[in-house]
Amino acid sequence: MSESASGTINYLSHDKSIKSWLFTLDHKRIGIMYLIAVSLAFLAGGILALLVRIELMAPGETIMSADAYNQTFTLHAVLMVFAFIIPAVPAVMGNFVLPLQIGAKDVAFPRLNLLSFYLYVAGAVIALAALLVGRIDGGWTFYTPYSTSIGDGILYVSTGVFVMGFSSILTGLNFIVTVHKMRAPGLTWNRLPLFLWSIYATAIVQVLATPVIGITMVLLFLEKFMHIGIFDPALGGDPVLFQHFFWFYSHPAVYIMILPAFGIVSDLMGTFSRHQVSGYKFVALSSVAIAFLGFLVWGHHMFVSGQSATSSVVFSLITYLIGIPTGVKVINWVSTMYKGSVQLKTPMLYAIAFLFTFSIGGFTGIMLGVLAIDIHLHDTYFVVAHFHYVMMGGNVIAALGGLHYWWPKMTGKMFNETLGKIAAGLVFFGFNLTFFPQFIMGAQGMPRRYYDYLPEFQGYHLLSTYGSWVLGAGMFLILGYLVASLINGKKAGLNPWGALTLDWTHTTTPPHPHNFLETPIVTRGAYDFHLAKDLFASGKEVSEVVTSTKH
Amino acid sequence: MGDKGVFWLPDAMSTFAGEVDALFWFVFWTSTVLFAAVVGAKFYFMFRYKRKDETSVPDAVHESKLLESAWIVVPTVLVLFVFIWGFDVYLDMNSAPPDSYQITVRGKQWAWEFEYAEGVTTFEEMVVPVGRPVKLMMSSSDVLHSFFIPAFRVKMDLVPNRYTSLWFEATQTGEYQIFCTEYCGTTHSGMLAKVRVVSEEDFASWIAEQSQDLPPEQLGEQLFAQCAACHAVDGTVKIGPALNGIFGTQQKLADGTSVLVDENFIRESILNPALQVAEGFQPIMPAGYTSMTPKQIDGLVAYIKSLK
Amino acid sequence: MANAHSDHPAHLQHHFVSSEQQFDAAKMGMWLFLVTEILLFSGMFVAYIVYRTWHPEVFVKSSELLDPVMGGINTIVLLASSFTVALGIHFAQKDNKKGLVINLVLTFLFALTFLVVKYFEYTAKFEHGVFPGAAFDPHGVSHGVDYATYNIQYARQFFSIYFVMTGIHGFHVLVGMGLFTWITIKAVKGQFSSAYYTPVENCGLYWHLVDIIWIFLFPLLYLI
Repeated sequence: MSESASGTINYLSHDKSIKSWLFTLDHKRIGIMYLIAVSLAFLAGGILALLVRIELMAPGETIMSADAYNQTFTLHAVLMVFAFIIPAVPAVMGNFVLPLQIGAKDVAFPRLNLLSFYLYVAGAVIALAALLVGRIDGGWTFYTPYSTSIGDGILYVSTGVFVMGFSSILTGLNFIVTVHKMRAPGLTWNRLPLFLWSIYATAIVQVLATPVIGITMVLLFLEKFMHIGIFDPALGGDPVLFQHFFWFYSHPAVYIMILPAFGIVSDLMGTFSRHQVSGYKFVALSSVAIAFLGFLVWGHHMFVSGQSATSSVVFSLITYLIGIPTGVKVINWVSTMYKGSVQLKTPMLYAIAFLFTFSIGGFTGIMLGVLAIDIHLHDTYFVVAHFHYVMMGGNVIAALGGLHYWWPKMTGKMFNETLGKIAAGLVFFGFNLTFFPQFIMGAQGMPRRYYDYLPEFQGYHLLSTYGSWVLGAGMFLILGYLVASLINGKKAGLNPWGALTLDWTHTTTPPHPHNFLETPIVTRGAYDFHLAKDLFASGKEVSEVVTSTKH
Repeated sequence: MGDKGVFWLPDAMSTFAGEVDALFWFVFWTSTVLFAAVVGAKFYFMFRYKRKDETSVPDAVHESKLLESAWIVVPTVLVLFVFIWGFDVYLDMNSAPPDSYQITVRGKQWAWEFEYAEGVTTFEEMVVPVGRPVKLMMSSSDVLHSFFIPAFRVKMDLVPNRYTSLWFEATQTGEYQIFCTEYCGTTHSGMLAKVRVVSEEDFASWIAEQSQDLPPEQLGEQLFAQCAACHAVDGTVKIGPALNGIFGTQQKLADGTSVLVDENFIRESILNPALQVAEGFQPIMPAGYTSMTPKQIDGLVAYIKSLK
Repeated sequence: MANAHSDHPAHLQHHFVSSEQQFDAAKMGMWLFLVTEILLFSGMFVAYIVYRTWHPEVFVKSSELLDPVMGGINTIVLLASSFTVALGIHFAQKDNKKGLVINLVLTFLFALTFLVVKYFEYTAKFEHGVFPGAAFDPHGVSHGVDYATYNIQYARQFFSIYFVMTGIHGFHVLVGMGLFTWITIKAVKGQFSSAYYTPVENCGLYWHLVDIIWIFLFPLLYLI
């Protein structure tokens, strides 16, 4: 194998042509392309969010008209949900890390993997094209008959969501097969890193739920295009049926968004506490349990939709059943630090911030699950705050932790740790300042998706807007020092965080194009630090990497 | 908040609002205590077990089965308790007493219409008697809407082609806000109304007064409430043009032509809004006003004519 | 490591350890894909069940307009094609190239027959204004059937569901024909053997699913 004779070849350096990127079948490069695409979507969605917050600084028109506002928040939602959160962790970190963590050379179907990337891009572009041809407003839920009563924008958005859904299905399918069939010798299910358990659970949801949004989008498209009368009440259709269809996907989709975050936090907690993750089996299996239970609670979005009281009661009960394993996980993460050896590096700060924000998201979720309380809180800012605490306080904060954690592996460069900590602080503070006031005004009755509002809510809206600026500043700071690290960052070592998973112990930094020169053999669990004491004894970076130089 | 300085929940003004609030506060405080425990433990562990020696690797902790079962069982018991409590209150909120006073509510882009048992219709204001259960039978004539009175803790979607209902019994006289909480288009946030709670006697006399025929101009003024979300009468430009002082003037249209604002133009604009759109405005006025009776249109024409 | 490559068969992709692993992975992937297909159709089956439950009499009456003979012929055609594709896999396992190619071509022709029959069914509807959606306006008389009597409320929903379900199913048949063209070419080139016939196996699985969905569609739409 002459290509690796130098021992320094890596997946970034072995071929630098544009073509080698655009047609790559390497899961690592596809992961990086996803990272860039998803970051662009996040940037666009984030700027729209800042505009929304500025508009809401005062009642009435501040910077834009009602129509512009309605389209801005809708586009923010569509971008963030379909083009950012759903693909963010699975497609970026899942793609990059999964084969590395299971000791495989690639995912099971590399060509399918590249196809799903391009489907994602195509879907996002088609959805955005809606803006050019007509209005699209009313939020990401596309409730009929409103969504079919406006212009042709919905045709593009439904097509875009359908195509992005296809991408999501193919990614999930790929990951399930990879985890089942391609684990390295010795890597039993009990030794699997928790990140993989949660990516696996996520993939199950992607495969089982996404086809339903697919057919829903097809029917929505046809409703608008030919008036088939399934969802449009004017033609004898039923708008509540649409809501059932929509939430049958979109509630499980919430778990597509949050389960990967659970995985990242588990990995970070274990590594930075240098400790077995408390209740490993529970954390692992409950992810899968949550994935399945997640299919049975969609009706809790519809307590005031006119569905029968009996269904509401059943949905409310199952919602609690899903809350319990989630709560126990939080306790497990906290107790991982107990008698551990905790190192507060930037990624760990995000994991710790996650415990705070996600817990608030979880507790308020329990509140919303209570039938009698939900009636008052439904479709108010309380709900807006709740899902931002789960989506952003849960997913985005964990994803930032994961990005910082794997950044050295992806790029071979270390970022500026001090700036990293400052940014983490800004994000945490800004996030809470943005969204906590929304709980209060929501409980007081401020409805969501309001362009104009009663003057009594202005104080809270102002706080929220100021918070969004702090949050935005934190995000731009992150962007700044990560880009700077590419240019003048310190060269990353093999295992800067002292992790015990294969991605850190058995690959070079950045990894070789084929990941491993020799198939690794796994002899301990992902967090069995107490079995690897000798590796840490020297104080040097832990590595068992096999490079060609040994041959 | 506002005038009464309420934090979190607005003042409870219906019979079951107190029960909802009690439940809210129970979940709120239980959550706060548990949250404080989790966050407290987190901060304690963070600093207590901070890494001091790069080479140290702690031993695995033996997991206590008892402790693990405890934090599964205790939350389960808690949430089941909350579920049963919530179910109980929900049943209350769901079963209107048989002797309830019934009002028919119709939502349309972007106005509320209330029709009382006596045949009286009001817009933008719903008047109800205090201390008497009121049941609302609701439906929508275009897209989904949702009827929300925070002070009463009630909310229900309005769906085209079917009835949904809710009920409440107001406990104090006063005026409370009604919101639309299901997105319904451009002026969703302007789809507001008030509920005015009055004593039984005041309600009876109010109904009697409303049942009489109004002169056209006054009828028009009353009907105009449903136009007010988009059209001002003080010269302010909202979603639609202001309507004061336009009668008898030449109106420029979006297609470049102009037209005299007379009785016929106003009538056409109500019944066929997309046909002649004023310059500088979007053709977004809903066609939902075509169901107006000739008398109501006469009233609106007379009212707009009178605006200076 | 260099000699590890020498015993790699041509079809084995570099990231798999063995042909067996590659075959297992491909087959599992295909099964998962079939699950997503079933879920895609299940959305439409739910719509069918909901509207049938609400308006059973309309559905019974509207289904009279569908021709069970045509539908029956198509059922037999698809069942036969499932048989030929299974035979194809059998011949691939036996290294019988000729048997494989003949059966793949037969499967393709059956699929084509299905679509031709479907075409005549659709045009017979369209001629009398039985369209999905807004254009739905049954009129005229043929074979003693007065289409205008089918212009009843909620008949539009029945035919929307009929056209959407059979349309999406028909699209799957079309995709299947593309797949069979592709693997027939590969088979003619002699790329399959008992050691490697994964694409044949997977296309076969796909085709069985297309068949099974029709087995459900036919009675639900035409017969009951």
